[in-house]
Amino acid sequence: MSAVHAEVDSKTLWGGGVEPLKAGYGKLMMWFFLVSDTFSFSALLITYGFIRFSSHDAWPIPEHVFTHIPFWHINAPLVFVGFMTFVLIASSVTMVLAVEAGQRMDKKAVEKWMLWTILGGIIFVGSQAWEWSIFIAGIDGHTASLISNPYGPPAFADLFFFITGFHGTHVTSGIILNILIFFNTVFGVYEKRGSYEMVEKVGLYWHFVDLVWVFVFTFFYLV
Amino acid sequence: MATLDIHAHTADTHDHHDEHEHEHHEQGFIAKYIFSEDHKTIAKQFLISGLFWALIGGSFSAIFRLQLGFPDANLEWLKPLLGEWIQNGKLDPEFYLALVTMHGTIMVFFVLTAGLSGTFSNFLIPLQVGARDMASGFLNMLSYWFFFISSVLMFISLFIETGPASGGWVIYPPLSALPQAMSGSGLGMTLWLSSMAIFIVSSLLGSINYITTIINLRTVGMTFTRLPLTIWAFFLTAIIGVLSFPVLFSAALLLIFDRSFGTSFYLSEIYIGGQALHNMGGSPILFQHLFWFLGHPEVYIVLLPALGITSEIISTNSRKPIFGYKAMIGSMMGITFLSFIVWAHHMFVTGMNPFLGSVFMLLTLIIAVPSAVKAFNYITTLWRGNIVFTPAMLFSIGLVSFFISGGVTGIILGNAALDIQLHDTYYVVAHFHLVMGSASFFGFLAGVYHWFPKMFGRMLDEKLGYIHFWLSFIGIYLVFFPMHYIGIAGFPRRYYSFTSYEAFSTFGDLNMFISIAAITTLSAQLIFGFNFFYSIFKGRKSTQNPWSSNTLEWTAPIIPGHGNWEGDIPHVYRWPYDYSKPGAKEDFIMQNVPLSQTPESNLPFEKDLALEEK
Repeated sequence: MSAVHAEVDSKTLWGGGVEPLKAGYGKLMMWFFLVSDTFSFSALLITYGFIRFSSHDAWPIPEHVFTHIPFWHINAPLVFVGFMTFVLIASSVTMVLAVEAGQRMDKKAVEKWMLWTILGGIIFVGSQAWEWSIFIAGIDGHTASLISNPYGPPAFADLFFFITGFHGTHVTSGIILNILIFFNTVFGVYEKRGSYEMVEKVGLYWHFVDLVWVFVFTFFYLV
Repeated sequence: MATLDIHAHTADTHDHHDEHEHEHHEQGFIAKYIFSEDHKTIAKQFLISGLFWALIGGSFSAIFRLQLGFPDANLEWLKPLLGEWIQNGKLDPEFYLALVTMHGTIMVFFVLTAGLSGTFSNFLIPLQVGARDMASGFLNMLSYWFFFISSVLMFISLFIETGPASGGWVIYPPLSALPQAMSGSGLGMTLWLSSMAIFIVSSLLGSINYITTIINLRTVGMTFTRLPLTIWAFFLTAIIGVLSFPVLFSAALLLIFDRSFGTSFYLSEIYIGGQALHNMGGSPILFQHLFWFLGHPEVYIVLLPALGITSEIISTNSRKPIFGYKAMIGSMMGITFLSFIVWAHHMFVTGMNPFLGSVFMLLTLIIAVPSAVKAFNYITTLWRGNIVFTPAMLFSIGLVSFFISGGVTGIILGNAALDIQLHDTYYVVAHFHLVMGSASFFGFLAGVYHWFPKMFGRMLDEKLGYIHFWLSFIGIYLVFFPMHYIGIAGFPRRYYSFTSYEAFSTFGDLNMFISIAAITTLSAQLIFGFNFFYSIFKGRKSTQNPWSSNTLEWTAPIIPGHGNWEGDIPHVYRWPYDYSKPGAKEDFIMQNVPLSQTPESNLPFEKDLALEEK
């Protein structure tokens, strides 16, 4: 429908009767939702900072907490989380490729790249679960929970579970959305519609979830 | 929903619309009235729900005013209604706290947020920007039904044995976090938090829809500087909602974890009955920061729509252009921005750094500037106007009055040094009930009186409207003016009774006076309730444009069908405030009248625009 107004110049762009941001309502709504969600995450990360800087006890050093990798019993600080982060960022790249394929109306390529993205998401959430289980197992028989934390102040464990959990919930819903979009693609819904805009919308969400992880990662693992 | 777009001027999309209309002829009862995707029906759903909650929230205040004004009275006669909450003819103290808490929660969120924004943003945005419906009717429907679920949860909490949440509408931990602290912090609080989390989802779905609709679905010619001020107000309100509610969402989730899963985000080093709790490292002040980051913008979420409605009604009924249209937009933008950086003025006595307090004080006092701009613009719009005193107009003028008299005390409370004396006294209660409670509620009532003809095709009875206005207007001042004195005298808010200390007996009769005034004022609202429901069925039939107003909704049929306009959507050629334009034939020119048809009244710059129309 925007084709009718392709000739619109910038003066009349905000004059009504057109989509001034050149985006349909769905894409705009996704953007506003993400702005809103940014504030939810910001509130949580500010909570992290507030509690960390008012803590009387020494805050755990991430390199000493997250040292495990699967299968090998060696001291490998932050290696596993680095792998997880790499997978998630790679899945953002495959998402870009899916969006790009959608713009070319290349159904097969959209399917392929969506599948890779879904796989990346699943690996990330699976790794998160493994990371949690190691964290929960604790040290010397003292397990970590929402009440106790063998690595340092309980607040660290509370924040770790809550914030990575909140993020993990976002990733999980992203995977579900991606799967829905994948099947819609397979069944030719978007081909019939003549637009793969839905792929772009879930793409926005997926990139957002990635970007948030960069911050969560920084707060819990780097600083 | 894509066919609900605005491109009605091409023959191609025209067919689509016809198809669409046709589709909806076969709507059943459920699709039409219950799970409706039509913005007008959803607006009415919000309106009726809001009125229902207003009735409950208002009755609660009547009950606790009985306790405050007549501490020795025998309330046994309320037993059939309140059951075990009346003990030996007295109101249970815990239930008193629950009443205060629920009165605040219901009025702020369910009446003045959902009831006000939900009704008028939904109803007016598509009609005034010239759209067939909201951008997404489906999400709009979801928005109402999330609100409905949230309402059901909150309503259930009123009936449980331990009572609803009772730690105040601000639900500060640790009081709200520990079920041992008070009976209302048990199941009642859990329901409160669940209800509010769902409420936030509803609010978010509504807000992103409003913003998107205003950006994308304005009709041809409807630039942002031709939008009615109502739409500007709803737009900025929605932006505030999108940015502030998620922070409350996070805060509430953290509180849920503290309450139910043993975390210590807000709790630290607490002893109950000599027993140490395990919680270490949290901070209750953190909750206050997170809460007020929503809580303060929330004030403007409540107030801005009422101010927008008032702008529209005062201009229409003064038969004059609104004074300072762009200044009005600018001041609303200013208020929107400032609303996010003043939250800690609610926290002057939490022990925060006095330097930080003075920063927040400065920012808070700056809000007086855009607020004063608005107040003066209302007054100058009225100045030498050809005023038509409709009930809606009276309520709008009443709003301006409350906005000023309640705003002035805001300047006093914004001063950290003065706030230390006045904090948590009835002075604060009087302040925000005037500037935010009564002003916003008057905006809401003004909106109902003004747009009732558009909603139901009939008029509200004017005589009853006048009686309703004068009783409410005088009554509200009789309630809240004396309350300032009680506050200055040091009466703390939320106290069950003041009879224990001799020092507080001085104001016993003033409290009695306030209670009588409050209950009378609340009873006067029943006149409105009767008028509202009677007029829906039996009111005088409305004409198409009963107030001779300029905006687009009055170009639609008297009772607009699904899609709002029968033919093409009208185009817009001028701003919405061409009232009493020199040289014009009538004292109003609607927005859809081309400039080329009104050469006699065009201003110099409009003459050029008139040529461009060809």
